[in-house]
Amino acid sequence: MKDLVEKKAANEVETEEGSITIEIVYRGIFQKTLAQRIARSIVLAARKRGHTGTAFGRYGDSPERNGVPAKYFAVVAINELELESSMAKYEPAVVDVSIVVDDTLVKGVESWAWYGRQPIWKPVRSDGFVVVTSEKTPDEVLAQTDAAERPYTLAVVPGLASFAGLWVFKDDHTDYRVLGALARLVPDWVRLEDVQALIREQTKEGSAADSAQHGFDATVVRAVAPGEGTSGHEVLQFDKPGWTTMRPGIIVDARKPGERNPYYKKYGARTLRPVVNFDTCIKCTMCWLDCPDECFEVTAEGHYEVVYEACIGCGICAAVCPVKDCIVMVDEMKFTDNKDTWALWKSDHDAYNRWFEEMAGVPADPKGVAARAADAPVGTPTVSHDAASGGDD
Amino acid sequence: MTTITSDIPRHGAPENANEVETEQLATGCEAIAEAIRLADVDVMAAYPIRPYDGVMQAAAKLIANGKMDVEYIVADGEHSQFEIVKHACAVGSRVFVGSSGVGWFYAFEAIAVTAGLRLPVVAICGNRALDDPGAFGCEHNDALAVRDLGWLLCWAETAQESLDFALTAWKVGEDKRVSLPVAIGLDGAFLTHSQQIVMIPTQAAVNSFLPKFDLGDRLLHPDNPITIAPQVDQDWLMEIRMQNDQAMRNALGVITEAHTEFKRLFGRGGDNPFLDEFMTDDAEIVFLGQGTLSLPMKVAIRRLRKQGHKVGLVRLKWFRPFPTADIVRSLSRFKAVGVIDRDYSFGSPYYGGVLYNEIRSALYSAPKRPVVVGFIAALGGREIEQPMAMEMFEKTMAAASGELTSGDVCHWIGVRK
Ligand code: SF4
Ligand code: SF4
Repeated sequence: MKDLVEKKAANEVETEEGSITIEIVYRGIFQKTLAQRIARSIVLAARKRGHTGTAFGRYGDSPERNGVPAKYFAVVAINELELESSMAKYEPAVVDVSIVVDDTLVKGVESWAWYGRQPIWKPVRSDGFVVVTSEKTPDEVLAQTDAAERPYTLAVVPGLASFAGLWVFKDDHTDYRVLGALARLVPDWVRLEDVQALIREQTKEGSAADSAQHGFDATVVRAVAPGEGTSGHEVLQFDKPGWTTMRPGIIVDARKPGERNPYYKKYGARTLRPVVNFDTCIKCTMCWLDCPDECFEVTAEGHYEVVYEACIGCGICAAVCPVKDCIVMVDEMKFTDNKDTWALWKSDHDAYNRWFEEMAGVPADPKGVAARAADAPVGTPTVSHDAASGGDD
Repeated sequence: MTTITSDIPRHGAPENANEVETEQLATGCEAIAEAIRLADVDVMAAYPIRPYDGVMQAAAKLIANGKMDVEYIVADGEHSQFEIVKHACAVGSRVFVGSSGVGWFYAFEAIAVTAGLRLPVVAICGNRALDDPGAFGCEHNDALAVRDLGWLLCWAETAQESLDFALTAWKVGEDKRVSLPVAIGLDGAFLTHSQQIVMIPTQAAVNSFLPKFDLGDRLLHPDNPITIAPQVDQDWLMEIRMQNDQAMRNALGVITEAHTEFKRLFGRGGDNPFLDEFMTDDAEIVFLGQGTLSLPMKVAIRRLRKQGHKVGLVRLKWFRPFPTADIVRSLSRFKAVGVIDRDYSFGSPYYGGVLYNEIRSALYSAPKRPVVVGFIAALGGREIEQPMAMEMFEKTMAAASGELTSGDVCHWIGVRK
């Protein structure tokens, strides 16, 4: 952590007037082509007015993992000399603009090459820009973003997260809208006419240039003051060892069976999270067996609950669970923490089930078993198994 | 990758009178793929390892888009990969190959025999740290391992220079006075995977620079019955080695010729084929290094110049053949030289890097010698940050004023304690 701070201090002095650095934060693999297209287009548009530039992905992110946060960069400079200070780098320590092409990433990013979750604005300079593609309002986005340390401008480009894949590009114009938004935010570096001229060269589709105009017009901008945002996110730090403190032979500590690695948390990869209906669960162990990240812990009563810090949101548990709507995948933006949920269910079924219904959007008690049980004479056993066994119809 | 200007169909060597130089935003790997196309390479062999595999992908794309016609053979491993091009070269094909890190090492038997056979294979080494531990970042030890074998070896600084060196590599390597393989070092990530503006020359210009490959009476062909590489033992081997030595000596002159012609045709390549000097005219101390570490060092030097320090940079472009005369002539002008090694050579003299010891050796018989300080830096692709550059500056200055003793001449930079 210390060297990151030093690195930042050293580079802060370095921020050149004659260049702009823009990062694109994206979901690994799913959005790689999108991020690359945005970065390249920034440089190619800048060429139209005689500026120069470079575009590169964060090398440490690759080989990329599905959904794991990754970064791409574009640097534009007035000349080769100004560009030099941005060359031969993995990752600029300070950026002017951070473009976030999936709003769930504002909860913080942790690539597998990093050491702990970082606020999304972490590398953004004071009075810089965080540009998010989202259907939500700036205030809703801000509510999930770490409390600001420096003032910045939040810009929301209307639209869902585009999943423009690695091999096949799903051309939903997200790149054009983002370029249009940039032209509005940093017109000294990205000009709308250059962007549109570039787009017309790249595609015959007339609507593409209109999308850039739409991005320019429809982007919603909100100034963010220091302190605004949430303080709910976990702060995770890792101190890298030195050559005198490491064991020889490239050896690091592993965990004993049953222990979890406190540094190995992968929830930054998650866009959806599983929520479990403990009432309809038949304790079949399928989720526990098939989760690729061993996220499930067995509770005292033999239920299986998700350890959300470990969950990457892949959806396999929901797919293998034999009971309809027993595990439901829910938009990650609906949640503000990673707390375990079984304890709440244990202490207050009704509160838990209300919460489950609100999050999952399906009834917690699909067959009305609880209602019938309440009406039934005392002593009549309520077999939750019944409720579950027919649940797949 | 998208071309900025017009999309001219290109099919190998045939020229088009209307073709103009174009500009692309390309990585070092993509620039190399363009060179493969322009050189009308006959056979390339591939096996994936990053960062070299960027060339595989870029070349495959050119082929798929109908812009390049090359026999593209995917091997079962690096050893076969380098054997394939060696054999293809023996039957008269212009060839390209490449690898990185331990992949390069897996090919080493083939790499060694290629130089012995005097076959002008052109390879890139996308520089990568040698595993273990797993690390993708750039170190120069992979490519440097060929330094004693009879491979020519150069390092590029930019994507443009990658393309330019590749074209030069075929010209020099295939020249009958040399006839040796050539390796081009490309710093992993910083060069292989960073997109920069690259000028793509026309086919006509490349054709006038690069003659057709002709092995003459060494061509393996039924009409020219020859046996390649019979068992020779002590009876012949020294004479054979001596031929390689002579070829490497010839290479200095052939590189100089090629550089002059390249500059005439394309207007690039700097003043000296072997060295690229930056702010050295009145310099008292200089840094010396290879590849992309020149970029952060130039930023540091401009900053130091603003503070009134007379400091410059000498970037070594060719490591083999080692340009001893040019090095002596250049470095004798300075009080001290700080050599930056992106490599290690454990247990070497003064525990310095490979480049450090080569530079010191070259200067030994020079009438006027600067003090030479060694820095092991930027291993595993660690970035050269400005505080590191300042530390190296201070140590080199101290050496210039005689403050460093001989036991204190090599330093590791930027290592956590
Ligand atoms: S979504 Fe389910 S299966 Fe996938 S990681 Fe999370 S808990 Fe495991
Ligand atoms: S798969 Fe579904 S029913 Fe089976 S234990 Fe997991 S949550 Fe319960």
